[in-house]
Amino acid sequence: MLKTYQQIEQIAGNVIVVKASDVGYRELAQVTSAQGTSLAQVIRLEGDRVYLQVFTGSRGVATDAQVRFLGHPMQVPFSEALLGRIFTGSGQPRDRGPAIQENMTAIGGPSVNPAKRIIPRNMVRTGIPMIDVFNTLVESQKLPIFSVAGEPYNPLLARIALQAEVDVIILGGMGLKHDDYLYFRDVLEEKGALARSVMFVHTAADPVVECLMVPDIALAVAEQFALQKKRVLVLLTDMTNFADAMKEIAITMEQIPSNRGYPGDLYSQLAARYEKAVDFDTAGSITILAVTTMPGDDVTHPVPDNTGYITEGQFYLRNGRIEPFGSLSRLKQLVNDKTRADHRTIMNSMIQLYAAYKETLEKQAMGFRMSVWDQKLLKYGVRFEKEMMDLSVNIPLEQALDLGWQILADCFDATETGIPSKMTDKYWPKK
Amino acid sequence: MTTTHLGKIKGVNGNLIRVEFASPVAQNEVGYARTGNLRLKAEVIRIRGTVAELQVFEDTSDLHVGDTVEFTGELLSVELGPGLLGSIYDGLQNPLPELAAESGFFLQRGKYLASLDRKKTWAFTPVATVGAVVQAGDTLGTVPEGIFQHRIMVPFNLRGKLTVESVAAVGDYRVDQVAAVLVDERGGKHDALFHQRWPVKLPIKLFAERLRPTEPLVTKVRIVDTFFPVARGGTYCIPGPFGAGKTVLQQITSRYADVDIVIIAACGERAGEVVETLREFPHLEDPRTGRSLMERTLIICNTSSMPVAAREASVYTGVTLAEYYRQMGLHVLLLADSTSRWAQALREMSGRLEEIPGEEAFPAYLESVIAAFYERGGVVKLRDGGIGSVTIGGTVSPAGGNFEEPVTQSTLKVVGAFHGLSRERSDARRFPAIQPLDSWSKYTGVVPDEQVTFARGMLRRGNEVNQMMKVVGEEGTSIDDFVTYLKAEYLDSVYLQQDAYHEVDSATSSERQQYVFGRIHKVLKTRMQFAEKDAARQFFQRLTQLTRDWNRVAMDGPEFKELESRAEQMLAEVTSYA
Ligand SMILES: Nc1ncnc2c1ncn2[C@@H]1O[C@H](COP(=O)(O)OP(=O)(O)O)[C@@H](O)[C@H]1O
Ligand SMILES: [Mg+2]
Repeated sequence: MLKTYQQIEQIAGNVIVVKASDVGYRELAQVTSAQGTSLAQVIRLEGDRVYLQVFTGSRGVATDAQVRFLGHPMQVPFSEALLGRIFTGSGQPRDRGPAIQENMTAIGGPSVNPAKRIIPRNMVRTGIPMIDVFNTLVESQKLPIFSVAGEPYNPLLARIALQAEVDVIILGGMGLKHDDYLYFRDVLEEKGALARSVMFVHTAADPVVECLMVPDIALAVAEQFALQKKRVLVLLTDMTNFADAMKEIAITMEQIPSNRGYPGDLYSQLAARYEKAVDFDTAGSITILAVTTMPGDDVTHPVPDNTGYITEGQFYLRNGRIEPFGSLSRLKQLVNDKTRADHRTIMNSMIQLYAAYKETLEKQAMGFRMSVWDQKLLKYGVRFEKEMMDLSVNIPLEQALDLGWQILADCFDATETGIPSKMTDKYWPKK
Repeated sequence: MTTTHLGKIKGVNGNLIRVEFASPVAQNEVGYARTGNLRLKAEVIRIRGTVAELQVFEDTSDLHVGDTVEFTGELLSVELGPGLLGSIYDGLQNPLPELAAESGFFLQRGKYLASLDRKKTWAFTPVATVGAVVQAGDTLGTVPEGIFQHRIMVPFNLRGKLTVESVAAVGDYRVDQVAAVLVDERGGKHDALFHQRWPVKLPIKLFAERLRPTEPLVTKVRIVDTFFPVARGGTYCIPGPFGAGKTVLQQITSRYADVDIVIIAACGERAGEVVETLREFPHLEDPRTGRSLMERTLIICNTSSMPVAAREASVYTGVTLAEYYRQMGLHVLLLADSTSRWAQALREMSGRLEEIPGEEAFPAYLESVIAAFYERGGVVKLRDGGIGSVTIGGTVSPAGGNFEEPVTQSTLKVVGAFHGLSRERSDARRFPAIQPLDSWSKYTGVVPDEQVTFARGMLRRGNEVNQMMKVVGEEGTSIDDFVTYLKAEYLDSVYLQQDAYHEVDSATSSERQQYVFGRIHKVLKTRMQFAEKDAARQFFQRLTQLTRDWNRVAMDGPEFKELESRAEQMLAEVTSYA
């Protein structure tokens, strides 16, 4: 039934061209050569020329390699047995466990009908004031951490994952350093979370095409769990590696790049993955937290830029802190009116004053005289950074709000803050 | 009317298929690619020799070389008729709630449903009489649709003069029934149904004349209506980096704008944002009518993970539906978020067609395509003397937030108003983050011109003082300049900024804008005397807080007057009468 072809016409990059007939677009094939066997996927059909992207790369693939078409696109298994397991980017076990082949489902499935989505409504508590107070994370949100290399983004991901109340954690690692892979495995293990986790890990040493599969595999599994009414948290790190893998393929396929070598469909490709985040009206949810490292700390670089247009906000991690400027949770207003009546007030006023503090710092650096108001701002800024921004702070939202009022009252008079009188009457701490 | 020809797939590259055909094929004709039990909708976008290239509006997985393509002979079209309002469609006008009822959570490939409910009946009142001579776009009768009289019109594709042979009597009809029988000049008979089809890429131009957009379209956003107004039948764009507030600005506009109908084209952005609208609008009251907001709203939803080619179609679907309602003498606002995603869809396709790329790999024809789209906006005088309008507001999502890119630049050339959002303002939470010094509008607003001009000058001078202060410091700044700076900041804080999430502040009527701006104008004009800068700053901090409180109370309540007189008093205390 399954046809085997042996006429490889072209090998370039990770793409091979074979002459074959009756092949479906996106169909999977096995390519066997002296180097071993690899999966490959159809990425273009042109007459009888079939373009295949070889998962383990084309190195060592010979012109007489055997290509066997499997008659179906890329699939992943789904079963409870996935929990606690670790796989590669093409779904092979990376731990010593057995392969799983139950309920095979195609990856990269269709998108959710917008009419079946509901408005997200549950806050995800993290204990980090810069998130809980200022940019509340919401169940079903898709949110990247924008960061430069060297920042503790993976520990931050792990910390949020462990603190969040979710049923299943799925980690998709792309170009992960081996140490980081072991780090994730060990923290999840230590905190007893491995048994509710599934890991799909592509490390920097693995073939680049496998990197491309990671988000789709991770999200396809997440989707299945969510349909079983589970609240799933998907961690994707690092999406910039994913985008770079796409760039590599695009260049091999001689596509015209749009911006710094990235393909013109970068936005659509990223969106297809991030939009898998969902709150179903009668099932579970998928929340996506991703890492996007910014080459050259440049947020206008195509990867962070396109990401920002897709995700529901972003956390900027800089100097070990989540920056208040630029960081944004677009869903926060869906939940922060139900937490505590003063939540929004504290959120807005403290940030506006922190912005004023930053201006004062500039003035101070220029050697200008500091007015009474400047003095107040200077005092405020230092406390804000130390007591709110520092990542070591780990307190519940309510305590953080109280602390906010206290800092304000210690630094300012109520009328100076721009806070509506109705709020200060009620919340301003009495001396 | 339509004949089906067949073709064969020769190649598949992403959502582009190459199809060999034998009988004639038209550009932009719709075809269906068949594989197994699936029929995938596609549109011809290039023809070379005997090979047509089609963009498929679906994922092309499983298509094989040799699969059949049916050509329909029809251009990509939408259904026009009663029942459009309140609908939620994808970019090809498939009703999403109905699709969900049939297929569940996920959009199913190749599943297409009728856009208009075929079972629902509409209470028809004829207008045209037997023997009357009519032409395309004339009214045959009306059916009530929500608060509107929906006109059943002579099909737009009929040419020349037609005589009414018969017209349906008063009664209830379904959309696929005949409303009238018309006879053309050559004696040919035509059934006019209660609905018709129209190709989305052709503008509906059945009016007497196009007028200049002069009437303001009140959005209730102060900075817009007062400083950078939009006109009914005008066009405007909102470029801005991500997170600057484009979508929120469109969302509040869709709620409060003073128009008859709002069409929201969610084009290639987040699904979640549309969900907010489609879940909330049915429960929100339209302040103009007291009815559900959904009754005046139509949503075209082709979000970022939905098929890219249908994204390209979605803006045309939106504007065609807008033109249809304009033809009934209604004022329609089309909000497209984001036009950049549509342009990117063009770019993706152009890349697959291996066309010679222009700047940033956008196709060379990008500019003319954008211009032609915005040209479909306009205020028109109908042949019956009525006035209708289509206003188009599009967001632009420039790469890296840099306005010097092809989509922003092409758009700026054709629109009548520019609401440029700035990262600086959104970072400082100064919402709506429209940059007051760079934005512009060619239309007339709701507040007297000389007041606005004065205020604008104040903003500019305040900004200059602020820049200067960064160099010479506060101590090197005169108190007069310093007060100018504080006045500009005051205007910004209490008028330009507006809280989208506050029940009162979120929408300011034009009367209130005129009134409040009059007061603020007075503050700006007042010569003030302060002993020192800190006193001046404190005064403005207090006045700002009071004015913000003022913005948050209803205009007809007692607090409004009270806060106003307190502000007057404060002002009197610092006024210099020298
Ligand atoms: N008018 C406004 N008032 C208050 N907050 C706003 C306003 N506009 C935007 N925001 C804030 O900015 C965020 C991003 O706005 P959004 O319109 O989604 O940006 P864009 O569409 O430009 O990416 C919102 O989630 C909200 O927190
Ligand atoms: Mg937006």
